[in-house]
This record gives sequence, C-alpha cells and structure tokens, in this order.
Amino acid sequence: MTRSPSITAPEADDPPAAPVESSARRRSRRVTARPVAGMLFVLPFFLVVVAFLIVPLGYAFWLSLSSKSLAVGTRFSGIDNYVRAFTDPLLLDGLLRVVLFGLVQIPVMLGIALAGALTLDAVTTKFALAFRLVAFMPYAVPAVVGALMWGFLYSRTFGPFADLPTLVGGEPIDFFSVSLLLVSLGNIVTWAWTGYNMIILYSALQGVPREMYEAAMIDGASPVQIALRVKVPAIKQAISLAAIFTVIGTMQFFTEPQIMARFAPQISAGYTPNLYAYNQAFAYSDFHYSAAISFALGFLVFVVAYVFVFVNNRRRGKRA
Amino acid sequence: MTLGKADNRPKVNTRLPHLLMGVGILYFLVPLLWVLVAATKSQPDLLDSPALWFAEFNLVENIGQLFREDDGAYGKWLVNTALYSGLSAVGATALAAAAGYGLARFRFPGKRLFETALLGMIMVPATALVLPTYLILSEVELVDTMWAVILPSLLSPFGAYLIRVYVDESVPVELIDSARIDRAGELRIFWQIVVPMMRPALVTVFLFTLVATWNNYFLPLVMLSDADLYPLTVGLTTWFNTAQQEAGTRMLFNLVVTGSLLAIVPLIVAFVLLQRFWRSGAAAGALK
Repeated sequence: MTRSPSITAPEADDPPAAPVESSARRRSRRVTARPVAGMLFVLPFFLVVVAFLIVPLGYAFWLSLSSKSLAVGTRFSGIDNYVRAFTDPLLLDGLLRVVLFGLVQIPVMLGIALAGALTLDAVTTKFALAFRLVAFMPYAVPAVVGALMWGFLYSRTFGPFADLPTLVGGEPIDFFSVSLLLVSLGNIVTWAWTGYNMIILYSALQGVPREMYEAAMIDGASPVQIALRVKVPAIKQAISLAAIFTVIGTMQFFTEPQIMARFAPQISAGYTPNLYAYNQAFAYSDFHYSAAISFALGFLVFVVAYVFVFVNNRRRGKRA
Repeated sequence: MTLGKADNRPKVNTRLPHLLMGVGILYFLVPLLWVLVAATKSQPDLLDSPALWFAEFNLVENIGQLFREDDGAYGKWLVNTALYSGLSAVGATALAAAAGYGLARFRFPGKRLFETALLGMIMVPATALVLPTYLILSEVELVDTMWAVILPSLLSPFGAYLIRVYVDESVPVELIDSARIDRAGELRIFWQIVVPMMRPALVTVFLFTLVATWNNYFLPLVMLSDADLYPLTVGLTTWFNTAQQEAGTRMLFNLVVTGSLLAIVPLIVAFVLLQRFWRSGAAAGALK
C-alpha cells in the first residue's frame, strides 16, 4: 500500500472516479455488472441509515410540532416550539456562548495544529517523531476522562497550577470563575483535539508533490516562506474540512461542560444548547421542546456545514 | 531529475522548532503524567502531596480496591465498554465496507441520489440524533439494554464514504470483471478479492469507530439507567458525583483517578501498536 487516497468531497456530478474507461471494459461491464447485487451490498447500511438517522430525524420533527400540557394533554402546536426556542433567552445565551467559544478556540487550535504539521513536514528528527506520537495521544482519551483530569489539575485541592501565583505572593487562580471558565474549557478541547487535527494536516502535507516547491528551494526561499506560500495553499482543502468538522463538533459541545459543572456550579442547565436540550428532556421531561431544540440545532449545523462544503467545491471546481 | 529527500534539504537551524515541539510534548503529556502519578497515591496523599510527584506507592492497593468497589462494578464497566465498542466497530466497519463497495463498483437506480445524501449525512451532528433515537427505542422497549448503545453506533456515513473513495482508487474494475467472467459469485468476489485489497481502509474505519464508541458518553448516558450496563465513561462520572457529594468521606477520588488511568491505557496502547495501519488511512481521514 503506497498511496493513500486523497479525499476530495465529490461534486454532485462527479463521474465514478475510475480511470478513463476503455470501450472494451464498458462492454464487459454491461454484460456482467448486476444492479441488484449492488443494491444488496448497500442495503444493510441503508437500513441502518433509515432506522437511526431518517426515522429519528422525522420523529423529532413530528414531536416538535406538538406540545404537552397538564390542562389539555398533547396537542398540535405547529411552529410554537420553534418560536419558543428562538425567543428563549437561556437557549440563545447558550448558543451565543458556544459561537463565541468557537470563534476563539477553533482558530487557535487549528493554528497550532497547522504549525505543528508544517514543523513535522520540515523536521524529521527522532524528537519530531516523539512529538507526533505524544500530540496524538489525547485523541485516545475519552472526553469524560480528559475533562476529569483537567478538572483535578485546575482545582486547588488536587492540582499544581491554581496555587502557583501564591509562590510569588499573588492570589490563587480560580480556573472555574465566570471569567476564566470558557478559557479553561477551551484548553481542555484544545488539548484533546490539536494532535488529531495535526495528524490530518500532516498527512495532507505528505501528499503535496515535492516538485511544487523544489524550484522555490533552489531559488533560496526559506522553509518558512515555502511553508506559507506553497504548502499551506496546497492543503487548503484539508484545512477547510478540518475546520468544518471542528465547527460541527463545537456546536454539539456537551461532555466537557457537563463534567466541569461538578467543579464549577455556575455551569447552568443551559450553558450550551446541547446541554439545554438534554436537560429539557431529562430534567423537565419536556420531550417536545427538547426535540425542537435538537432538530433546530442539527438543522443549523447541517446547513452551515453543507453550504460550506458546497461553496468550497464550487470554488475548487472553478479553479481547476 | 528526481532529488532524494535528504540531499538538497537546506541546512536550517532547527533549534526553535525543537524548542516549540518540546513545549508541545510537555503540554500534551502533563495531564497524562499527572493521572499516572496520582493513580499511585492513596486518598490522603492525593489531597496533600505535591501534585506532580510520587508519594507512598499505592497503585496496587488502588487497583485492588477499584475492582472490589460496588461489587466489582468497574470490571463490569470495562467489559461492557470493550463489548459495546468491539461489536459496534466490527458492525459499522462491515456495513461501511459493503456499502462503500456497492457504491463504488455498481450502478443502480437511486445511486447518485444516495451518494449525494451520504455527504449530507456526514454533516448531521450525531448528538442531535440521540434524544429522538432514545424516544423511538423506548417505544420498542430497547432502551436500557446493550442494543440501545450498539445499534445507533453502527451508523457510520463517514466510514462508508471513506471506503467508497478507497475502492474507487485501489480496486481495479478489470480484476472484478475478470472474476465475473470466471463466474465467481458476487459475494465471493467481495470476500476473496475486494476485502483483502481494502484492508488499510478497513483498519482505519474500525479504529475510528472503536475510539468513537469507547469514548462515547452522551449516547450511553441517555440510553442506560441500569448501572450494570454502564460503560466506563458513564460509570466513572457516577463515582465522581458520589465522591463530590460525600466530600471525600469515602475513599473514592483515588478510585476515580485510578479508574481513569485504566480506561485510557488500552486505547493508547492500541494506537501506538497499530500506528502503521491507521496512519496509512489517516490521509483518507483528511476529510474528517
């Protein structure tokens, strides 16, 4: 196995990527390819898609269109739940918080990941290999355990960091205070996912043909210039996809704040939209409203991601 | 002229990159070192001794206590986690392999539509599906069983997509066609020719779904209420809650820490050992 597939999101009218078809092959395929066999190969996967993607989405949508109250029981309520969601200050607060969080954390994390990937591409010492391995390790750590570990490290009783300023006569740091909480959470997420994204970008860099920058090297361009002017543009596609998947992950922010709430009680039931949907369902048993939030949130993320990929493909198509 | 990778590499000063990588190694390692050190401490030492250095070595006692607490709950959770993630990963990989191959090498009505939809499915946030899935599974009385965790985890549109791309590029049409001329059955072609050829992609999909299920918290948290069915992630948080509520009157913090350590060791070992495999597939993962 020498060549890994370079992934490009398929454009809508992409022909199957098989190489140029000779007429002979086309003839043999017409004789032997059995459409029914193809369908049967896809069928089990398709059934899982129906059962655990289409049906839940449909059911959530259907649920979201009705409401339940003690007085009148369950009744059709149209878009009332959505109106309520988009005017619910708690939900909007959570949404705003997650968006702000993402606006800072995602560029920081992907910036570090990109710098790391470029370094790994240029420096091939044993030390760089060790760095690559260690940076990837947090990916294998469950988010629950990552959040617990950092929670302990942040805390005054268990961790080494909170009391550091007292050594020079300062005040201890409260990592769980309102002003620092988002930073503390951001650090946990950055710790967990930087290495993963770095490996993805590094793999993409490995696929950049050397000829693209050999001329620049001979002309005496510095490694930093080559990195910024040749390598980064060459892996733009991989960077945008890493970004979009990080955005999808961020919008679902749940585990870290839920665990951290044990250390930081000011993490409210509506700290993130997903936490809010969970609490609506299991703390208040309002499944109808919870379904509306889930559906709206999923739809929002889906639309943002799909438009992003679509625009990205169009631009790429035009350049080619 | 092709130039070897080493000969025309300009001699640059790599001191700064090495310094920065050193800082990175420290950053990524500190929490792991902390949990390694903390797992060797008794509950009082955990509270009183310096955080990043050893006190009295108590790891063996901690592990013993860990597996005795709550009638051996931790052992059950460990087995559950391995079972859920193993079955989910095998199942998801098998489904993705068949579907990816079917999409890459067959033509049938609706295929184009399904492929476009597949890309969309990758973008659907998984957690948005969890609550509705819970409601549906409770209708068919599957909630609070192992299937409530395993069945939804079988869904891996990304896996199917990855395999589709891989087959497109690495399994020649001619090979399949000539097997057909030799009158090999479709299943036999798939099993004996295609599956061996796509092994690197299979390992990648397997590892990624294994980690995703092993580390999953939201899905089992929603689906399970019987503590005997918990995976490690949910189990450890319940212990942690108890430890917080009882403010350390019971010796539980050291168990949470030791339990955390034992929960991450298997995956880290698996990743380091299987590095060769997942790195070849990680380029394909550039999508994710």
